[in-house]
Amino acid sequence: MHKKLLLGVEAIGQGAIDGGISGVYAYPGTPSTEITEYIQENDTAIERNLHRTWSANEKTAMEAALGMSYAGKRTLVCMKHVGLNVAADVFMNIAITGINGGMVVAVADDPSMHSSQNEQDSRYYGNFAMVPVLEPSNQQEAYDMTIAGLDLSEKTGVPVMIRITTRLAHSRSGIILVSSPRIENCLSLPADPLQFVLLPSNARKRYKNLLALQAQFLKISEESIFNTFEEGTDKSLGIVCCGIAYNYFRENFPEKSPYPYIKISHYPLPENHLKRLESQVDEILVLEEGYPLVEEQLKGFFERGKKIHGRLDGTLPRAGELTPDLVAAALKIDKPVLPNLPGILVNRPPALCKGCGHHDTYRALNEVMGEYGKGKVFSDIGCYTLGALPPYNSIYSCVDMGASVTMAKGAADAGLFPSVAVIGDSTFTHSGITGLLDAVNEKSNMVLIIGDNESISMTGGQDSSAFGRIEAICEGVGVLPEHIHVLESLPRNHDLLVSLLRKEIAYNGVSVIIPRRECIQKMARRKR
Amino acid sequence: MERREGEIVGAACVRPSSLQIKAEKKQGNSETENKCIKKKKNMKCDIVLAGVGGQGILSIATVLGLAAVENNLYLKQAETHGMSQRGGAVQSYLRLSDKPIFSDLIPSGEAQLILSVEPLESLRYLNFLSAEGYVITNTTPFINITDYPEPEDVMKSLEKLPRVVAIDAEEVAKHAGNIKSSNMVMLGAASPFIDLPLNSLEQAIRDIFNRKGQEIVDINLKAFHAGRAFSEEKINRLK
Repeated sequence: MHKKLLLGVEAIGQGAIDGGISGVYAYPGTPSTEITEYIQENDTAIERNLHRTWSANEKTAMEAALGMSYAGKRTLVCMKHVGLNVAADVFMNIAITGINGGMVVAVADDPSMHSSQNEQDSRYYGNFAMVPVLEPSNQQEAYDMTIAGLDLSEKTGVPVMIRITTRLAHSRSGIILVSSPRIENCLSLPADPLQFVLLPSNARKRYKNLLALQAQFLKISEESIFNTFEEGTDKSLGIVCCGIAYNYFRENFPEKSPYPYIKISHYPLPENHLKRLESQVDEILVLEEGYPLVEEQLKGFFERGKKIHGRLDGTLPRAGELTPDLVAAALKIDKPVLPNLPGILVNRPPALCKGCGHHDTYRALNEVMGEYGKGKVFSDIGCYTLGALPPYNSIYSCVDMGASVTMAKGAADAGLFPSVAVIGDSTFTHSGITGLLDAVNEKSNMVLIIGDNESISMTGGQDSSAFGRIEAICEGVGVLPEHIHVLESLPRNHDLLVSLLRKEIAYNGVSVIIPRRECIQKMARRKR
Repeated sequence: MERREGEIVGAACVRPSSLQIKAEKKQGNSETENKCIKKKKNMKCDIVLAGVGGQGILSIATVLGLAAVENNLYLKQAETHGMSQRGGAVQSYLRLSDKPIFSDLIPSGEAQLILSVEPLESLRYLNFLSAEGYVITNTTPFINITDYPEPEDVMKSLEKLPRVVAIDAEEVAKHAGNIKSSNMVMLGAASPFIDLPLNSLEQAIRDIFNRKGQEIVDINLKAFHAGRAFSEEKINRLK
C-alpha cells in the first residue's frame, strides 16, 4: 500500500496529476494556492511538462483551461471562493458549451473568513450553473474525487466542481494513491463544430441539452459511491452530513451513530437517500459547512414537512465554520464546562512584516493625507490591506480585487478631493488595469499608488504576472509619462515620496506613483 | 517542505500520566503491531501547537508528523496559512491515534498537550486542554502588539495552571549553539509527554535539517535533548 502525507489541497493536486491532466490554471488565493504549487513542484508534472504557471486572474485561468479542454486534454482550474466570482462569466457559460477534455473546477471556500472578505458558499455556483459538485470530507476523498471528477466530467460532458473549505485545504493526512494513474488525453477537436459557439440560436439548443442532462446528473448522484446511507436505531432524528461536516458528526460518534444518517459528497442532492431518511425519522438535522443550501432545499417555503434543523433555526450558528463542539451541541451531547480564559489575554492580529516596503509607503501617505482629513484613500486586497489597522489607519476600503482604482475614480467623479487608491502590483494586473483605463479616458482627478513588491506576497510569494512592467502597462493604458513615477520604497526616500504625492495630488488628472521594493519575505526565501 | 511517504496504520501513543518513555519496538510486522494495539486502550494524542506567525511552529509539527508516520499511526494535522501568518496568532492542531481520526479540529477540553513557543499564546488555547493535560511553553515573550500584557502577569497566569512546564527556550538554545534552534528545545521539552520513540523523533529531526548540513543537524539534536532533559528533571522533582 502506497501512502503519502498530504494537505487536502495537495491531495487535489496529486489527484489531478494521477487523473491525467495536461495542465493546471490558477491565480493564487488562500486557501486554494497550494493545489497549483504542489503541481508546480511535482516531479511527474515537471517530467511531463504539464502546464503549471500562474494566470493573471481566475477568469483568464478558467478560459485557458477551457481552451485546453476544447483541444481534448484534461485540465484542472483552481481558485478561492471569491475567485469564482471573477471567473463566474466563463463558469456559467462552460456549463452550457460543455467540455471536450475533462475539466475539474476546484474551489476552496473560507468559512469564518480566515483570509477572505466573505464566506460565500461555492456550492450555490455549482447549483446555479447546474453542474455536478463533489465535496470531499477528507484528504483521501479529495484525491479520489479529483480523479473521479475528471472521469465524471468526460462522462457527462460538463465541468465538475470540487468544493473544499479551509480546514480540509490546510490539514494533512495520509492518503493511498491509485496504482495505475490515468495517462494524458491525445489532442482532439470537439466532434460538433458548433458546440462552443454560444450564438443565441445555438445557445438555446445547448441550454436545452444542459437541462436534459439534469436527470442523468441526479441518477449518477443517487448511485454515487460518495453518497452513503447508514442505518441507525434511534429514529427520533435523522442526520444529513455534507462534506467535512461528516467528520464533526462522526467525531461525536466515533464507533457508531445511534441515528440514521446520510453522508453527502456528490451533488445534485441524492433524492433516493433523502426520501429514505425522511420516511423513517421524526426530525432531520442538516450539518453543512457554509451556507444552509441543503437545509433550505429540504425545508421548502411553507415548511409543511417534518422539522428540519440546522443553521436557519438556530440549532447551529448561521455564520462561521463548523467545529466538533458546535456539532456536539446541535446533537445535544453534554460537554464539560470549560474554564474561563485568563483575563490578560489580548488579540494578536496580523501585521506588516518588519522592514516591509508598504510601511514606508503608508508613512509618507499618512503625512500627506493628514492635511486633507480621513476617508480619502481606497485600497485593495493584499498584505497592504493591513494598512487599515493600527498603527497606520491609512486606508478606507477593501472590497474586491481592483476596486481601489475604480472606487477612487467614482469618488473623484462625485467630487471627492483628493481621491487616492493604493493597490499592489499583482492585484493591479489581476483586475486594476481596466479600471485605470476608465479613469484615463475620463481624465479623473485621482492618484493611484501601486505598491510594487514584485510578488504575490499574502499567498506566499508567487511571481507577479507583470514583473518589471507595471509602469509600461500604465503608460500603455494612457497615463501621461510625466505623471508616472517609480521610486524605491525605503525610509531614505520618504521626503521624495511625500513631495511626489503632493505634486500629483495637485495635478488634475490621473497620476501613478510606484513605490517599488521586493517583498522581504520573498527576498529572504530567494537568498536561502 | 519535504514530503514523506509511509504507512499510516498501527499502534502507539500518549500516556500523559506516565512520564517514563519505554523503549518502543522498532517498526515490526503488522501482527506484532496488532498485538500491541490490543494491549493498549484509547491510544490517542491531541496536541495544540501555538505561536506567532513566522516563529516556525510548523517545523515542530513536521517532526512529530514524520515520527508518527514512521510508527504507523493515523495522523491529522491542521495548520494556519494565509493572512494570519503575518505576525498574527497561529496554531496547528496535531492529532495522532491508532484508530482512524475524523475531525481535523481538536474538540475543546480534549487536548493532552498545549505546546507553545510563546507564553501569551499558550494561554489562548486553554479551552482545548483536557483536565489532565499539560502546557509546555517557552517563556520568552514575542511582543509585536502595543497592548501586550506585563510579561510577569503572563507568567503568573501560567503558574496558576496545575500542569505546566515553562522553559526559556532561547537561553537553552543559545547554550546548544544556535538561538534559532529554540523550536527544537520546545519539542524536546514536550517529548517526554508524547509517546513516540526517541529514535523516531531524532531521525525526523535529522531528516528535516539534513539539507542544511551536519553541523545544523547536531545543534538541533543538542537543543532537542537539552529541552528534553529540562522536562525530565522537572518531572523527577515532582515525583
